[in-house]
Amino acid sequence: MIRVENLHKYFGRLHVLKGITNHVAQGEVVCVIGPSGSGKSTFLRCLNLLEEPSAGRIFFDNVEVTDHRAIDVNEVRMEIGMVFQRFNLFPHLTALQNISLAPMLVRGLSREEAEARAYELLDRVGLREKAQSYPDQLSGGQQQRVAIARALAMRPKAMLFDEPTSALDPEMIKEVLDVMKMLVAEGMTMVVVTHEMGFAREVADRVLFIDDGVIVEEGTPAEIFNRPRQERTRDFLSKIL
Amino acid sequence: MIELYPGRPKEVVLTLYPSLKTWDFLHLIFPLLLKAALMTLILTVVAVGNGIIIGTFCGIGRLARNPFIRFLTAIYVDLIRGTPLLVQIFMVYFGLPPIIGAIVAKLGLGDGNPIHIPSFPAAIMALSINSGAYVTEIIRAGIQSIDRGQMEAARSLGMTHAQAMRYIILPQAMKRVIPPLCNEFIAMLKDSSLVSTIAMEELVRKGQIIATTYYRPAETWFAVAVIFLLLTLPVTRLVALLERKLKTGD
Repeated sequence: MIRVENLHKYFGRLHVLKGITNHVAQGEVVCVIGPSGSGKSTFLRCLNLLEEPSAGRIFFDNVEVTDHRAIDVNEVRMEIGMVFQRFNLFPHLTALQNISLAPMLVRGLSREEAEARAYELLDRVGLREKAQSYPDQLSGGQQQRVAIARALAMRPKAMLFDEPTSALDPEMIKEVLDVMKMLVAEGMTMVVVTHEMGFAREVADRVLFIDDGVIVEEGTPAEIFNRPRQERTRDFLSKIL
Repeated sequence: MIELYPGRPKEVVLTLYPSLKTWDFLHLIFPLLLKAALMTLILTVVAVGNGIIIGTFCGIGRLARNPFIRFLTAIYVDLIRGTPLLVQIFMVYFGLPPIIGAIVAKLGLGDGNPIHIPSFPAAIMALSINSGAYVTEIIRAGIQSIDRGQMEAARSLGMTHAQAMRYIILPQAMKRVIPPLCNEFIAMLKDSSLVSTIAMEELVRKGQIIATTYYRPAETWFAVAVIFLLLTLPVTRLVALLERKLKTGD
């Protein structure tokens, strides 16, 4: 579903991604792990073109999205939901409005349709009673669940998660991971940059270990966590587990 | 004494009694000055209103991806902020008429004589253009103060840049620019006095007329200053209140 070929990214003279090639299949859950500054977030942000790749090609549903003449960036983005580390909810809108705005503006839904969809999603993340609350009236965990609902409201074909629990207090991590596990169970295609090794071990079909802008090792959670082949992978895991 | 002449125009009473007591003099000129202050208020409200319209477009233009638009709006801001308002007023009132006259003549519609612009439209034009430049910078700063993640979240949902601006960035930025906009309003309230030089009868011009007509500058200018204070103080207090409120809200 998402195919990446020899992806490079420079920030000025800083070479962040040094040739990443991978393929995420339909319904697959891929967790990306690695030390901070390794380029894993940049990799994720390239997938929905929040960062413009410096070189290489990305295909989504067999359409080359890095070919700007052929595609409309916005049409690609509406098919790929994204959840951010710092939630990035719109503070001037209620939870309900946060979720229903984009379907109205981008998908052309009527207000009734968009709000019905928003309530349905709030039910699924267990926050229907917070529909009229503003983001600053919600806890971090609740904000992130609304942010997930906001992304889902576009009915995306794939979801990207950029360290979705890293900004949360420990007691709120579980509620967000539970919502993500629900998506896994529904067969959503997901790419998750995370430091939650327990989550990766439990739900990932495949784990990518990225360090210094390249995929050092990839495999099933069992392969990566139990018998890593690369010295750098072992080194990283020994520091965090 | 004033009661002795009910219905007499105040100007007449003032002329008949050049040696009025200070308080009686003030009592007589205050309504005249207040009427002129209304013009000051109108000039300011219209100029800042236009300034907000100009400034919103140019403020967005300052951050546009198109370098030509960025360049044009930067030039506008630099030109206006780099020259005195008084010069800008003279350019519009004295400088434009011959130019317009020449252009009209070129089009075969006139004899090439300067085409006079009345004080009021000239004042509005000069003050609006001036205010627009300052508001441009206020709006630009307001937009830039919004967290980058807001634009990214909006774009990640498939919104266009324009939609993200309209529905996500600007509503948040507008809230933050209210206090600096009020400050711009206060500044314009005082700076609009410069149009007294092109015979625009606002508060200061009226003060000049009264002070020189009756030879009583002390009371007159004191009264003018008090009226300016009456106009600016409520806005100043409002800004302080808003700043406290917005700090907690957000």
